[in-house]
Amino acid sequence: MPPKLLTGNAAAAWGARLAAVDYVPAFPITPQTEIIEILGAWLDSGEMPGRMVTLESEHSMITAAGAAAATGVRVFSATSSQGLLYAMEMLYTVAGWRAPFVLVNVSRGLSAPITLEADHNDVLAARDSGFLQLHCADCQEVLDSVLLAYRLAEDPLIRLPVLVNLDGFYLSFTREPVSLPEAEAVRGFLPPFDPRDIRFAANAPASQAVAVLGGGPYSYFRYEAHLAALNGVAVYERVAAEFNTLFGRQRDAVECYKTIDAEIVFYMIGSFSTKAREAVDRLRDAGQKVGLVRPRLLRPFPAGHVLTAVAGKQGIIVIDQNLSIGLGGILYTELLASLYDKPGAPPVVTSFIGGLGGRDISPQEFYHMLTITRQAIASGSVPPPRLLYTAGELREIRKLQAIAQVEREETAPGQGPIRDSNTAQETPRE
Amino acid sequence: MFRIRIHGRGGQGIKMASRVLGTALFQAGYTVQDAPKYGAERRGAPIFSSVRAARETINERGTIYRPDLVVVADDTLLAVPAAGTLLGIDGHTVVLVNSHEPADTWCHRLNITARLLILPACTEVEDRADLPHIGATCAGAAARLLGVIARAGLLEAIAGELADLGPDIVAENQASALAAFDAMADWQGAVTEGIAVAADNYVVPDWIELPFDDARMAAPDIRACANSVEVRTGLWRTMRPIIDYDLCKRCWWVCSTFCPDSAIAVAEDIPVIDYDHCKGCMVCVGVCPPHAIEGVPEYLAQQQDKLQPAPGDANATETADR
Repeated sequence: MPPKLLTGNAAAAWGARLAAVDYVPAFPITPQTEIIEILGAWLDSGEMPGRMVTLESEHSMITAAGAAAATGVRVFSATSSQGLLYAMEMLYTVAGWRAPFVLVNVSRGLSAPITLEADHNDVLAARDSGFLQLHCADCQEVLDSVLLAYRLAEDPLIRLPVLVNLDGFYLSFTREPVSLPEAEAVRGFLPPFDPRDIRFAANAPASQAVAVLGGGPYSYFRYEAHLAALNGVAVYERVAAEFNTLFGRQRDAVECYKTIDAEIVFYMIGSFSTKAREAVDRLRDAGQKVGLVRPRLLRPFPAGHVLTAVAGKQGIIVIDQNLSIGLGGILYTELLASLYDKPGAPPVVTSFIGGLGGRDISPQEFYHMLTITRQAIASGSVPPPRLLYTAGELREIRKLQAIAQVEREETAPGQGPIRDSNTAQETPRE
Repeated sequence: MFRIRIHGRGGQGIKMASRVLGTALFQAGYTVQDAPKYGAERRGAPIFSSVRAARETINERGTIYRPDLVVVADDTLLAVPAAGTLLGIDGHTVVLVNSHEPADTWCHRLNITARLLILPACTEVEDRADLPHIGATCAGAAARLLGVIARAGLLEAIAGELADLGPDIVAENQASALAAFDAMADWQGAVTEGIAVAADNYVVPDWIELPFDDARMAAPDIRACANSVEVRTGLWRTMRPIIDYDLCKRCWWVCSTFCPDSAIAVAEDIPVIDYDHCKGCMVCVGVCPPHAIEGVPEYLAQQQDKLQPAPGDANATETADR
């Protein structure tokens, strides 16, 4: 079929439809709502078999998803941001049940202050839950990843739920050309779910929420889930190779864009990494040997693939669209941990926090991150992590704070300025 | 790559305009990316959409900072800083504005060097915001300016994007789009593809070290309505509620309580609407027990203001002039 223009949300819905899911527990949240609206319309018109139930919260939605998956049917659900966090207790629980299903998360910054735009602190908050994670860079990849995710979730070597992440606005509401595979071809890749021994019937009740006393049994169950997740790297590789053969699209666990002769590579996840691809092309026009390394698979963490991709490079530029408050970028700290003491690990790894709450990253900022990293390589002195934040952006905030000062005068007169002369002034660096 | 930004207000069909243009370009053989951008969705609030079209894979995404074409469906947005209509325009950019006023006037007012064109109105209306099918009209005019979309392609794109609304609405939108397409014949191909930001001799970003601020300032608190006071959300209004004090029962609380924007104050038992901040949601019109509040189209109310400025309404004249 020739490609058609689809939003990331529509691509996610098509993924669920082509996967022939049986059950969709749903709860709406911006910017995910379009996914369940599309699925609802298809289920309503009979274009798609299956059943949708709207729950009263994401907590119930994930409970329903896990419970349905535990009966041996194919389950799809989707959420975003606050919704994912509201379901957090059940994310750990259903992963502990070893219930295989696919959950799409449309990334959006977390409150407070509240926002609607993309940021990865929501999905990364679930990184330790037992869900595997696939991160998408464009709309085609959203569809492909949903199909890949079912193969991962249902593989007997894994049997864990899988999160597929796409960025709010930058993918969710953005239309791009997407090739829809024929349903027949998808059935060849993803046959109907064979639940094997996963089944539930009213006349044969079972319990999947067993209690254990003592750390020994608990350790056993948790670590078994960990071992299953670790199997995900090899299973992903096998499944992605099969996908490539059938559909002609290479979906490596770690995307390596122009890295072979690269001296320095950008390292990031999500839709902003296509901006990095663009920057790599422009920098190569200017004679700079740079590339991009992008994990699609983030859980399990494909440490070996990442090491192979970056080994022997002079430096890595890590861009985190998230912030572990009190520590820094999550990708940065995880990457450093995985590279420590490894032969060939690049000597310089610079850290940048950019894109929080959907804040854009300009081409010039990509170019300048490279300049700074080259300087660090030349001097042997690595600069501290930096927030991508301009004088103009601070000026805007200061304007709002000047208004807030008026407000303070109205509500608490005579308390003086909020911002006194001791407050640090913003100073340009370099 | 073509980079196009379309500005308008929620409800004008700005997302539809970008989809029509995107689909037409896609059918013409381009790789396309189109997207709307909005905040908390609301009719009348400023929104914009973007279309990128190229012969190769598009890796850029998000807001367009260096547009080849900017379409402004509603000229009142040019005075709203938050709408960002003029973001990144330069001598290469073509700006197409839906306005009663001539291009020279806007170039002078905005002090811009971009090529500014006025959207031709096929239907003469008193207020340009009332033009029917404004989204389709913008898409039709933009298609001609790009010079790479044929009439048939434009019509097909509208038929595809609006199919769910039925054949009559498709036909009406096609007629409006086609009229604008034909009216822009003299400027066919006026918009040309821009180039990417080069990586040599780039402008160094003016990054700063974010200073530590006391939590009294750095916590996102709102203690009073001062933020809201400074933002004249009354500019969003397309309908104006007007209280008929002869009918008002002086109940003092219904309209003021239900107003979601606290834009109705009661002084000495008389409700008074703050038109700087009333967004024209018409909730007060609906809840007033004696039906003493009437909804009047804003442009008619503004014409009335011009004739007889309300006493003490300092903004009446300024608003009417705009």
